[in-house]
Amino acid sequence: MTTTYGGTLVRRLSQLDALEAEAVHIMREVAGEFDRPVLLFSGGKDSVVMLHLASKAFAPAAIPFPLLHIDTGHNFPEVIAYRDDAVRSYGVRLHVASVQELIDSGRLRERPDGTRNPLQTVPLLEAIESHRFDAVFGGGRRDEEKARAKERVFSLRDEFGQWDPRRQRPELWDLYNGRHRTGEHVRVFPLSNWTEVDVWEYVAREGIALPEIYYAHEREVFLRDGMWLTAGGWGGPREHETVERRTVRFRTVGDMSCTGAVDSTAATVAEVIAEVAVSTVTERGATRADDRLTEAAMEDRKREGYF
Amino acid sequence: MSAIHDRVLDPLLALAGPEPHELLRFATAGSVDDGKSTLVGRLLHDTKSVLADTLAAIERASIAKGHDGADLALLTDGLRAEREQGITIDVAYRYFSTATRSYVLADTPGHVEYTRNMVTGASTAELALVLVDARHGVVEQTRRHAAAAALLGVRHLALAVNKMDLVDFNEQVFAGIHAEFDSVAVSLGVGDVVAIPLSALQGDNVVVRSPRTPWYDGPTLLEHLEAVPVGEDPAREPFRFPVQYVVRPQTDEHRDHRGYAGRVAHGVVRVGDPVVVLPSGRTTTVSAIDGLDGPLREAFAPQSVSIRLTDDLDVSRGDLLAAADEAAAPSQDLAGDVCVVSDRPLSAGDRVLVRHGTRTVRAKVTAVTARLDLASLESSAYDRALVVNDIGRLSLRLAEPLAVDDYAALRRTGAFLLVDEQDGSTLAAGMAVVARCSEG
Repeated sequence: MTTTYGGTLVRRLSQLDALEAEAVHIMREVAGEFDRPVLLFSGGKDSVVMLHLASKAFAPAAIPFPLLHIDTGHNFPEVIAYRDDAVRSYGVRLHVASVQELIDSGRLRERPDGTRNPLQTVPLLEAIESHRFDAVFGGGRRDEEKARAKERVFSLRDEFGQWDPRRQRPELWDLYNGRHRTGEHVRVFPLSNWTEVDVWEYVAREGIALPEIYYAHEREVFLRDGMWLTAGGWGGPREHETVERRTVRFRTVGDMSCTGAVDSTAATVAEVIAEVAVSTVTERGATRADDRLTEAAMEDRKREGYF
Repeated sequence: MSAIHDRVLDPLLALAGPEPHELLRFATAGSVDDGKSTLVGRLLHDTKSVLADTLAAIERASIAKGHDGADLALLTDGLRAEREQGITIDVAYRYFSTATRSYVLADTPGHVEYTRNMVTGASTAELALVLVDARHGVVEQTRRHAAAAALLGVRHLALAVNKMDLVDFNEQVFAGIHAEFDSVAVSLGVGDVVAIPLSALQGDNVVVRSPRTPWYDGPTLLEHLEAVPVGEDPAREPFRFPVQYVVRPQTDEHRDHRGYAGRVAHGVVRVGDPVVVLPSGRTTTVSAIDGLDGPLREAFAPQSVSIRLTDDLDVSRGDLLAAADEAAAPSQDLAGDVCVVSDRPLSAGDRVLVRHGTRTVRAKVTAVTARLDLASLESSAYDRALVVNDIGRLSLRLAEPLAVDDYAALRRTGAFLLVDEQDGSTLAAGMAVVARCSEG
């Protein structure tokens, strides 16, 4: 994009173009430096935007890495259908690591509250180890949460997948240092500098299709801890909780047991952008029970190897 | 899932549109207790960037700690140890936007031992905001932060004279600090300095103009952030393009396609331009530029594109494409200023890796030649080990030649990292000093 300032022609990138150029640069660095990268794909909007960026970064060649989905077993059916469509249309390979399989084999135990988000760390680390992935793209953004605000774009994890905030490498200029020892891997966050509104504006500009649950629809929900949860086989509602039909949408997509819907009539991208712009509640605060556990819930999970 | 548009984009068409919503990256620095976290919290709060649930959580935590109201500093203290000790350990990135700009704020801690964090934050910043306490004025840390910003080539320096409420918004106090800081900036060679009297705690002159400083006619902090020019004009710089990745589809449709993917580091490149491949030195011509939305006639910094060349040369990751008539000369000798960011000291004889652009080469430290005294801002001859948070000058002998630019002229291709060969950790941030002043 070019702009005239004081009569002279100046070449400038708009904010979205600058964020896009940065994310593509990060993805190409990973493809150039690492042997076995993988992209974490949940069907959530951030992972969908990453997939779209990857297709642009390497065009006209195919995306040079596979996808990895950590399947909690409590998925929204619309999201799984979307995932399978996306895999077909982008022509990528998909690996699935299943929480359910680990529970069935007795290696993971179900939590009393039925929430499976914290259980994703084990299948994630096992998949990284068994496939020998050395770089793992995640859709995390620094505006989401205060521990994430301090994480690097290239975030080194030790052989146990742990994040040590005190041992982070200084990240200088755009010289990302991905060197690591055998057994270690690097988590890479190309959307680090994007905000929720940036993601939505990019979705609108690029005409990216998202799972339908991001837009207003009618759904059977019940209230728990101040959030509208979806009734279903995962263990809700309990006896005293009443199911009602409401017009809602989801701001984030995660495990059904801890991802709440918000009352909304925003049925198009433009309406969602308008709604997010005036929202008084953060996206994770509105809809993620897993972040409400303690003040340092995200930091604790990241230390253990979470996304 | 939109298709890649198959059209030639004409950059001049964009002229008719409105001014783009721009991105300004800036870094904040101050000593402990200058109220930096409060200032950042105030900026976020007064630009309506803090949402109700976050504010409620801050209020709960503040009350639990025995504070009267919401302690805005808690907005920026992310990690458990930081909240427990009431200090900031690590660089945190914050985001807020106004009608005209979006901001990425690198919030860097102020302790003496964290000069490396200031360097990290400043490496990507276009503006550095240095805080002082109005009661204490310019202190050693202020000089350190200003020196780090100047060394890193941050173009705009802003001084926030905070806690003006504690000196009764006295004009003479402000004027004295302003004058002293100006002389620091002059000795560092930084031209653009703006000083603002403010109170982060009470909100004076942060976003809202204060009635208590009628003698001050400059901008509020936010007004200054909104007005400072963003970015370099790429047309004034020579073209530089580190090759990141070779795109070879190997499909029937694109049988002979060979695209060199990368991000324009400096300058502008057009189809038909002669370019030199470094370090080999072979010249060729740009035959096509593939942008992220289709073919382009030109590309400029910092766009990510893919470049095709007329000749079938051996070009791969690590090579640098540069304007044929304005290229840096590849050399196996490299001198530069470094800021040590690791606990491993650096001394003559050490073996390290040098990362420049997309290329990594082996190197040996041939000599440490100088060290900067951050308190006096004097550089003096020095030949012992440089330790963490030191800023000094050293020379390196490289196993393979690199085409490095002078950092002061071209930031992205004048920057380099020193990396530990064994564990891969980053040892130092390097800023090349080429030709102009090699005497140290």
